[in-house]
Amino acid sequence: MVNIDYIKKLFENNMRIDNRKFEEFRKIEIQTGIIERAEGSARIRMGNTQIIVGVKLSVGEPFPDTPDEGVLIVNAELSPAASPEFEAGPPDENAIELARVVDRAIRESHCIDLQKLCITPNEAVWNVNVDIQVIDYDGNLIDAACLASVAALLDAKIPKYENGEVDYEHREGKLPIVDMPVHVTIYKISDKLFVDATGEEESAIDARISIATTKDGKICAVQKGGKGYFTLAEIEKAADISIALGAQLRGYLSPSSTS
Amino acid sequence: MKEKEQLIIDGKRLDGRDLMEMRKIEIEINPLKNAMGSATFKFGKTWAVAATHGPRAAYPKWIQNPESAILKVRYSMLPFSTWERSKPGTSRRSIEISKVVNDALSNVIFFDDYPKTMIEVFVDIIEADASTRCAALNAASIALALAGVPMADLVSSCSVGKINGQIALDIAGFEDNYGEVDCAVAMIPHEEKVLLLQMDGIVSKEEFIQMLSIAKEGCAKVYAAQKDAIKQAYRTVEAD
Amino acid sequence: METKLYVEDRQIVTPGDVLAEGLDLLPSSGCFRHGNVIKAKYFGIARIKNRYISVVPLSGVYMPRVGDGIIARISDIQATFWICDINSPYDALLQIGAVTDQFVDIAKTDISTFYDIGDVIYAKVLSVTKSKNVQLTMRDYRAKKLVGGRIIKISPSKVPRVIGKEGSMIDLIKNKTGCQIIVGQNGIIWFKGENEALAARALLTIDREAHLKGLTEKISQILG
Repeated sequence: MVNIDYIKKLFENNMRIDNRKFEEFRKIEIQTGIIERAEGSARIRMGNTQIIVGVKLSVGEPFPDTPDEGVLIVNAELSPAASPEFEAGPPDENAIELARVVDRAIRESHCIDLQKLCITPNEAVWNVNVDIQVIDYDGNLIDAACLASVAALLDAKIPKYENGEVDYEHREGKLPIVDMPVHVTIYKISDKLFVDATGEEESAIDARISIATTKDGKICAVQKGGKGYFTLAEIEKAADISIALGAQLRGYLSPSSTS
Repeated sequence: MKEKEQLIIDGKRLDGRDLMEMRKIEIEINPLKNAMGSATFKFGKTWAVAATHGPRAAYPKWIQNPESAILKVRYSMLPFSTWERSKPGTSRRSIEISKVVNDALSNVIFFDDYPKTMIEVFVDIIEADASTRCAALNAASIALALAGVPMADLVSSCSVGKINGQIALDIAGFEDNYGEVDCAVAMIPHEEKVLLLQMDGIVSKEEFIQMLSIAKEGCAKVYAAQKDAIKQAYRTVEAD
Repeated sequence: METKLYVEDRQIVTPGDVLAEGLDLLPSSGCFRHGNVIKAKYFGIARIKNRYISVVPLSGVYMPRVGDGIIARISDIQATFWICDINSPYDALLQIGAVTDQFVDIAKTDISTFYDIGDVIYAKVLSVTKSKNVQLTMRDYRAKKLVGGRIIKISPSKVPRVIGKEGSMIDLIKNKTGCQIIVGQNGIIWFKGENEALAARALLTIDREAHLKGLTEKISQILG
C-alpha cells in the first residue's frame, strides 16, 4: 500500500522520501563474470533493485536480409520473487516493454559490431541472447537492466567454434563491443523531473521518459511510458539530464571489468 | 557494408513528397455498425481500423475498479498487411504497441465518470506501410469520441524521421527500412503535450528537438483532419 | 478577463473544443473548465441557456438517472430482489418492497410469482448512488409488466427525437401504426399493435437519421 498523495506532496516541496536530490542515483554496484556457464554475465544493484543479466551465444542462421550479421535477441523476465505484484507466467506487457526498450538501446547504438559475428555468410552467424532477470524490484528497471546488459556484453567471451560444434568450455576473444549505450529514465511527479525512482515513487508518477545515449552523447533510443504527458520543454530538459547523467553512469562500465 | 539507399532524389522523396509533406490522410466515420464507435484512418497506404465497445461492465469481475473505468487496448496486424505474411494474433511488438497506445489515450479519457466499467478499443492494421501505431491511435481517438466516451481532447499522432541525413515528416515503409531514424509521436498539439514518444536511431539532441517540433506541426494537421471528419459526418440538428 | 463565447446554440462540437472563455459562463453537463476556458467533453451538441453551457452527447451508453422511466428485463432473481438488465454498463436492482406494499412472507413465497427471469417491465429509476448502484421501483402509475409485443433497441441519445416536441413524433407513429408504444429513456422501446413492422421501421429510421434535416417529413412518408 502506497500513499500516493504523500509522495506527490513531498515532490511539490522538492523532497524525496529517501532525501535524495532529484538528479541523484542510488548506490550502484555492478559485478561481472559471476556465472561460469554464461558467456557473459553481470549483476547490478541499484538501491534495492537487483537484476542479473546473462549473455549466451549460439550458432544459427542469419536473417535473410542481413546474411552477414550476427543476431541479437533480448529477453526480460520479471521474476515473481522480485515483487508481490509480479505473477508467474509468460512475460507480460511490462516485461516485454523492458526487453524491447533495452534491445533498441543496444541495437540502435551499434553497441555490438554484428558483422564481426559472421562465421559463414548466409549459413552461420553467432546469436547473442541477452537474458534479463529482474530478481528484486524497487523501481527504475530500464536504467538498471540496460546498464547490466551492457556490462554483461562487455564481459562476454565468444566460445570456440570448430567443425560445426560450439565448445562452451573453451572461450576465445571478447564480443566486439564498439559502444556503450546508457539509458537514463526521467520521471515526472507534480511537474518535477527526477531520476532513479524507487518502487514507491514509481506508483505515484505521472509519466516517464527513457532516453538512451551513446558514448558520444548522441541519443539513440527514446521511450515515453506512463499514463501522463510531457511538454516539449520537459522533454528537452530530460534529454539534457540524460546526456549528463548517462556519462556518469557509463563510468560504472569498464571494458575489462571482472569481479 | 550495407549500401546506403537513395531515399531522396533532387529534393523529393521516392513517393514524390517533399521532406515536410505528409501522406494523404483518409478517414471513414463509423464504418462498423455493431461497434459503439468506429473509424478508419489512413496515412497513404497505411490503413488502420479501430472499434470501441463500452463503457460496459468490466470482466472478469476482479479487474473492476470501483471508482473508475479501465481502458483496454488491443493493437494487432492482420496477416496480409505486410509483404511477408504476419502471424495472426498478438506478438511482443503488438503487445508493446497496445501498451503505449493505451498510455496515450489514458491521458484524455474521463475515467471517473464510469466507475466499475471497462472501455475496450480494438485496432487492426489492414495494411502496413510504416507509422501504423500512429494511424492506430488516430483511428482509436476518433472511435472513442464517436462512441460518446467523455474525453478532454482528441489525440493526434504522426511519425518523423531522418532519411539520408535529412529530417522528414511521416515516414513510409521503404523509408523506415532504409532510413536512419524513426520516431512516433502522439500529442495534444495545441497544448504541446506529448502522450506517446518512441524513437530509434542516432540523433544529436538538437536534431531530436527539431524532430519533435516538426512532429507537433504534423500532429496539428492530423488533429484538424480528425475534427473535420467527425463534424462532416454530422450536420447541424434542426428542430423540425 | 473578458467573457467570450466561441460557439452558437446547437453547434456540433468535438471533445476538446473550446466553447467559451472567462468566468461568467458556467460549465454544465458535458463540458468542463480547463483554466480559463470551458471545453466540450463529448462529441455532441452545444447548448447555451442563460449563463450555462452544456454539451448533449450525440451517442453513448445509457447512464441511469433518478426519475427516468426505463424498460428493463429481469436477468436474475434473489430471495428478496431481482437483478435487471437496463441496457447500461450498470445493472439495476428491484427490491420486493419497491414492487408491493403488501406483506410478502419470503419463507413461503417464491418471488418469481411476481416477475420471472426474462420478464420485461417498464419501471422508474428510484435511486442511483455515486458508485452507480441503481434501484428501480414499480410503485408508479406508469410502471407495469410488458406482455407480448416487440422490443427494439436504439441509441439512448436519440430518445428525445423519437418522442418529439411534446410527444409529436411518437404520437404520429402511434396513430399511423395503431400500436401502443412505450419509449424507455434507456433506449429500449416496446410496442404492440396492428402494424408492428411499420412502427419498427419508423423508429429505426429515426435512430439512424436523427441528425439529418427533413426527418419529420421522411418519417411521415414512411408511415404513409
